[in-house]
Amino acid sequence: MRLSRHSYSTLRSIQGPLLFVEKVLDARMGEAVRILFPDGREAEGEVLRIERETVLIQVIGDSRGLDMDHTRVVLTDAIKRAPLSLAMLNRTFGGSFQPLDDLPMFVPDRWAPVAGFPMNPVARERPQQMIETGLSCIDGLNTLVKGQKLPIFSCAGLPSREIAARILEHARAGEGAAARPAAGSVVVFVALGLAYHEYAFYRQTLERVRGDFVAFINLAKDPVVERLLAPRFGLTVAEYLAFEHGRDVLVVVTDMTNYCDALREVSTAREELPGRRGYPGYLYSDLASLYERAGRIKQQAGSVTLLPVVTMPEDDITHPIPDLTGYITEGQIVLSRELHQRGIFPPVDVLPSLSRLMQRGIGKGHTREDHRETANALYMHYATGRDLRRLEAIVGRDGMSEADRRMLDFADAFEREIVHQGEARRSIFETLDLSRALLGRFGLLA
Amino acid sequence: MNGRIIGISGPTVSVDLKGLRLYERVVVGRAGLMGEVVRLEQERAVVQVYESTRGLGVGEPVTGTGTQLTVRLGPGLLNQMFDGLQRPLEAMRAAQGPFIRPGETGAAIAAPRRWRLAPAKNPGDAVRPGETVGCVEDGPFRHPILATGAEGRLGAVVDGDFDEDEPVAMLEDGRRIHAFEEWPVRLPRPYRRKLSRFEPLITGQRCIDFLFPLARGGSAIFPGGFGTGKTLLEQSIAKFADVDIVIYVGCGERGNEMAEMLDDFSVLADPWSKRPLMNRTIVVVNTSNMPVAAREASIYTAVTMAEYYRDLGYNVLLLADSLSRWAEALREISSALEEMPGEEGYPTYLGSRMAEFFARAGVVETIGGQVGSLTVLLSISPPGGDFTEPVTQACLRNTGAFFMLDTSLAHRRHFPAINWFQSFSLYESDVAAHLDRLVSPEWGALRQRTRELLQREESLREVAEIVGTEGLQDTDRLLMHTTEGIRRRFLAQNAYTDDAFSTPEQTCARIRRLLETHDAAGARLGKGESLSEVLGGRA
Repeated sequence: MRLSRHSYSTLRSIQGPLLFVEKVLDARMGEAVRILFPDGREAEGEVLRIERETVLIQVIGDSRGLDMDHTRVVLTDAIKRAPLSLAMLNRTFGGSFQPLDDLPMFVPDRWAPVAGFPMNPVARERPQQMIETGLSCIDGLNTLVKGQKLPIFSCAGLPSREIAARILEHARAGEGAAARPAAGSVVVFVALGLAYHEYAFYRQTLERVRGDFVAFINLAKDPVVERLLAPRFGLTVAEYLAFEHGRDVLVVVTDMTNYCDALREVSTAREELPGRRGYPGYLYSDLASLYERAGRIKQQAGSVTLLPVVTMPEDDITHPIPDLTGYITEGQIVLSRELHQRGIFPPVDVLPSLSRLMQRGIGKGHTREDHRETANALYMHYATGRDLRRLEAIVGRDGMSEADRRMLDFADAFEREIVHQGEARRSIFETLDLSRALLGRFGLLA
Repeated sequence: MNGRIIGISGPTVSVDLKGLRLYERVVVGRAGLMGEVVRLEQERAVVQVYESTRGLGVGEPVTGTGTQLTVRLGPGLLNQMFDGLQRPLEAMRAAQGPFIRPGETGAAIAAPRRWRLAPAKNPGDAVRPGETVGCVEDGPFRHPILATGAEGRLGAVVDGDFDEDEPVAMLEDGRRIHAFEEWPVRLPRPYRRKLSRFEPLITGQRCIDFLFPLARGGSAIFPGGFGTGKTLLEQSIAKFADVDIVIYVGCGERGNEMAEMLDDFSVLADPWSKRPLMNRTIVVVNTSNMPVAAREASIYTAVTMAEYYRDLGYNVLLLADSLSRWAEALREISSALEEMPGEEGYPTYLGSRMAEFFARAGVVETIGGQVGSLTVLLSISPPGGDFTEPVTQACLRNTGAFFMLDTSLAHRRHFPAINWFQSFSLYESDVAAHLDRLVSPEWGALRQRTRELLQREESLREVAEIVGTEGLQDTDRLLMHTTEGIRRRFLAQNAYTDDAFSTPEQTCARIRRLLETHDAAGARLGKGESLSEVLGGRA
């Protein structure tokens, strides 16, 4: 605890969002800082590194207008915290937790550090209750469960926005087979580097959400550093709602690629050694510090489920962002440009998609007894059909056996009838019924 | 010895403390965080801190402890879950709730227990170093207490209960024998000599046991991109491997996966001893969101405990998931130390650190003259699934077996997704004779046959890609039918069913059946029957 207020104007240099301040006494790692601009504006900052009396500070917010002579830096002796209260429900905030909805800021019940604390692995409850998204390709074949982290791997130009909106609107954490809109569920929506027209789109979506929501919006024009902070606010809020108020929280973050690019930008400014494609070497640990906050706790109600959207640069799944994401998350939903061009919505390619936690969340007592075998049959026959498409490209349809042609037809029908669902919301039972009807039509039901 | 923090950068802090030694354990800050000295300079020392440095301030106190980072070895380790610094996670949960807060030391929360010794020696008996003084019941496990480094005549031996910090025996000259000891994790434990004796280690995975057998005391790596089932395979082996002790390290991986594993392990039985699986298991967990420096240490914590059980004369299996996360932790710390980076930013000592680690595996004659083995099985998560990256390559120079996990097999839901062309085992010839003797004299011949069929299928598949299967000869189509059976019903194994574990006898019987069917069908083709007749219309 410091006795006096620490205020400094001993700037050594300013590089983008980073300030080097000299002759600072007793700074703390991660300490929150107030930065007073020459024109009277104020911004927040955070201590990133300390070397004797020189401190590296990251400005959260716009750093334009700072100068060397009149800028003052005040150390607050506290680490970055998020204000928490149930009054934040159904509100929209900016990347620094400032209200964007013309209402006044709420009075917080308490504050919690935004970095959170790692969950003790032995305190974790195994995730095994389904969340119904209303999309057959997810519910039927890559089931999402409470406490899971399941990213959507998209490509530039694919409708990841529409899919995210559909999930925000329709996802229901059900208790077992009876998927009613649970009174306790909340969606936390975190938008990073959003273009203005996208913001308008999501605003309309949030108005249609039937349960509670909390939104954090960082627009493309907003400060880059806020992109690093907004998901942490979102997750801190999610943990508060889940583990202190027993709510089932679904956190949708779009787009993590913007987050990673912001991290790279800040890392480069800090003159850190770049790793693959210029991203810092700790990208994995940093992403894990967000993704791993999803989960459930033994003997406690509530859950944090995380659905990040990742746009794969150059459609490349081996790019560091989707690659490291895939190593941390429990599966992935992969979108396909080809399906999108054929007018299929959602254009989910189920073959590379996977939900690692699906096994425990489906079947008797969870969804329906025939769920597993139906999903396996669809997957197996569709994979066969997809393999045969390559053959078809070489020998032509006429050169193929009757049986092979049927499998080709099956793959087409699967994409058109099961994956494609347009605007409709399907319950898991509708998905399973449709799937069985399709398998039956092709004589593939065991 | 006291000093102050003068700088903080990521997981490392600089301190103005003089007289520290390299790798000395240091207590950092008012919260009492644990750290280790990694660099010494004239004016300062650099400490890697095993906990989050958030909130740590310049000027906070630092104290040297005079000891290195150690683990506590003795009875009571089995059936436990530790973090990367051997702090008991259950006790931490009881003390702090579901979230881990920095600055709690393990010793403070793990209360010492009382144990009961069944002596094997009487006062007046002579003991040699490494000889058994008595046994302690650790659950159903009989834990021998060895006379470490002590030779002479026993003056007194405890008969019955003793406290953890009390000696269990005393020599006539007054030297004490303790049931517990502290051992520095970075120092390999001593043994009399290494043996080059290789016995098969049965994993219950057909593809491994049959095609790429593992040896006790050996090492194996399995690299694979995400979604290739590394963790599932590793956990299956941890469940079913034919060893006495299993140490599983979740190194920088997912928390939910660990929850699943602990859940599974608590209800399953070891297929060999029929006892609860956890009774032979120690779990070390440092999930990806736990501090990076402790992730680096977790591998050493685990291997030291593994060596301890090896020294008691047991067959120990150490599984780590994944070594790439360990290497990345090393890279992160190296980068915070501003060291000159090598390939892909990894420090240039990555290769030698790995070689040192692999060297801790082996079959040894212990100090007491028993034989113990330590087998090491490591998963690797190569970025982008590209095996040319430094971690995989450094491992390939050291490992005895390589199970390549194949993304395309995983996409076809073929698990375990071990590629049967690229994988290898250097123990094959060493253990072949054992398996021929233990399981069946035809084991080797069956394996050769299977290999040839799979090889032939691969070349036929290329032809079939162009002309279609219809264009192949009947014998070739039969072969492809058989190899499909081998792939689906033999090499693939569903980890969620009873098929998850296959004894060598079952493995042998199954492949024999498949090959016999193939031969019988081949004979019928030779007599002029058509393929569809032979396969019963399922061509």
